[in-house]
Order: sequence, then C-alpha cells, then structure tokens
Amino acid sequence: MGFSQTRDTNGVTVVQVEGQLIVGNRQELKDLVQAAVEAGERRILIDFSRTGYIDSSGLGALVSISKRIREAGGELRLAGLNEDLRSLFELTKLDTLFSIAETPQQALSGF
Amino acid sequence: MTSPLRLCVRRSPAPDAREAATLVTLRIPSDVACIEEAVELVVRHCLAGHQTTRTTRFRLQVVLSEALSNAIMRGNCEDCEKWVDVRAELWVDAIRLYVTDEGPGFDPAAVPDPVTPEQLDIAGGRGLYLIRKLVDAVQFNEQGNSICMTLRRQ
Repeated sequence: MGFSQTRDTNGVTVVQVEGQLIVGNRQELKDLVQAAVEAGERRILIDFSRTGYIDSSGLGALVSISKRIREAGGELRLAGLNEDLRSLFELTKLDTLFSIAETPQQALSGF
Repeated sequence: MTSPLRLCVRRSPAPDAREAATLVTLRIPSDVACIEEAVELVVRHCLAGHQTTRTTRFRLQVVLSEALSNAIMRGNCEDCEKWVDVRAELWVDAIRLYVTDEGPGFDPAAVPDPVTPEQLDIAGGRGLYLIRKLVDAVQFNEQGNSICMTLRRQ
C-alpha cells in the first residue's frame, strides 16, 4: 500500500495509488499532492490502475485534493478505475465532480 | 504494513443457527492503522471455500472498511482503551457482518444525504451512504453502536 509519484514528458505529475486508499493512508496522499502544488505543479493525474479499494475517507481526500488544486489554478484528472472503483464514484455522484478518463494515457492526452 | 495488532479469528458453528453456518469473530483495537489488516483477514475467512465474484469481494472490503472506520473514529473516538468487535455469520448464500463499538451510539436517520448538490463537494459523510448502497440489508441495534450488514453471495 502506498503512492508513487512521477512526471510525464509533458510535465504532468502522475501519482499512482498502489493498494488501498482508505482512512489509514489518505493523509499521506493529501500531503503528497499538497507538496506537489506548493512546488508549482498544476496538472496532476491520479492513476488507480493498481488500486484495490477506496473507502469514503479516500473519496473525501480526493474531494479535498481537487479543491486544493482548483484553488491553485490547476487541474486534477483521475484514471485507471476498474468497474468496481468507478461504481463508487457513480453511487456518490462524484463522477460529476471529477474529470475521469478510462486510462492514464487517455487522461494525459491533451492535458 | 506493520501493526501492533494481534488478530484472533475463531471459526466455529454458530450456536444459534437454524442451518449450518460458520461464525468468525474478531476483536480489534481502536486504531485506524489496523483496518486494512482486519479487512483482509475477515474477508479471506468470509470467502474461503466459496466461488465469489470480484464485485462481492470488493463490496465486502469497502463496507467492512467503512464500518470499522466509523466504529473506531466516531464510535470509540480512537480511544485506545476501547475495542471494536466483528462477528461474521457465514451462510451458504449470504454473509452477515456485525461491527460493534463501545461508543454511545448514533442515530443513523440523522445522517445527511451526501449526494445533494450542497453536500457533494464536502469531504466527509459518505460512509453510511456507501454501506447502504453496497449491501443487501443494513440494520442497527437500538443503541446505534452496532451495525449489521447482509450481503448475498454472488
């Protein structure tokens, strides 16, 4: 369980969520994104291709992160959600709040 | 993940079962760092010996994580002197999960709907809503400190 951060060739910050995004590690993700924003990053993609499950605290952390990036004039995109993960966003209507792409490649295209 | 947790799981026939059911019980301290390990352990026991869809596994993981999180953070207020008890009744066609904390309980009817436009970009408040959406039945005891979630096997 953890997060890895890379930068694609166009300068987009890509954060990969490995394992779970839950109450026990949500603050780590928030801190990581906060540090990236403070370092001047404005385009951030969170990749869930290697994520098991997300709880409501994880969803809440994404809401906070999205707000923080918007306030800084940036943009957050999400990608790599499997059918089950995507259902959480649909059930909570958070799919209307986030820009969600099928794959990281699609999210990065034109970012 | 490292954890100070010592998990004990007891598999035994449920004494009050009308049919052959298996009972799994687990007691965990009020520490959110224990949740992932507890979920992993209980879900493994719930699904052992059954063919299960990925979605059933996923739903079990999410709702148990939610219930434990609520019990530890809201029920027990992360008081390390208090415990959370998990009881899983494993039936041929369903799983019934009880999660009980040592807190005063709450009124589930008083929890606001998190999908209204004014609630949508608020960080918290989706846990119970998600549980209700992901399982087949949800009940609380009178005190409001114990939730019972029933999920049909698929």
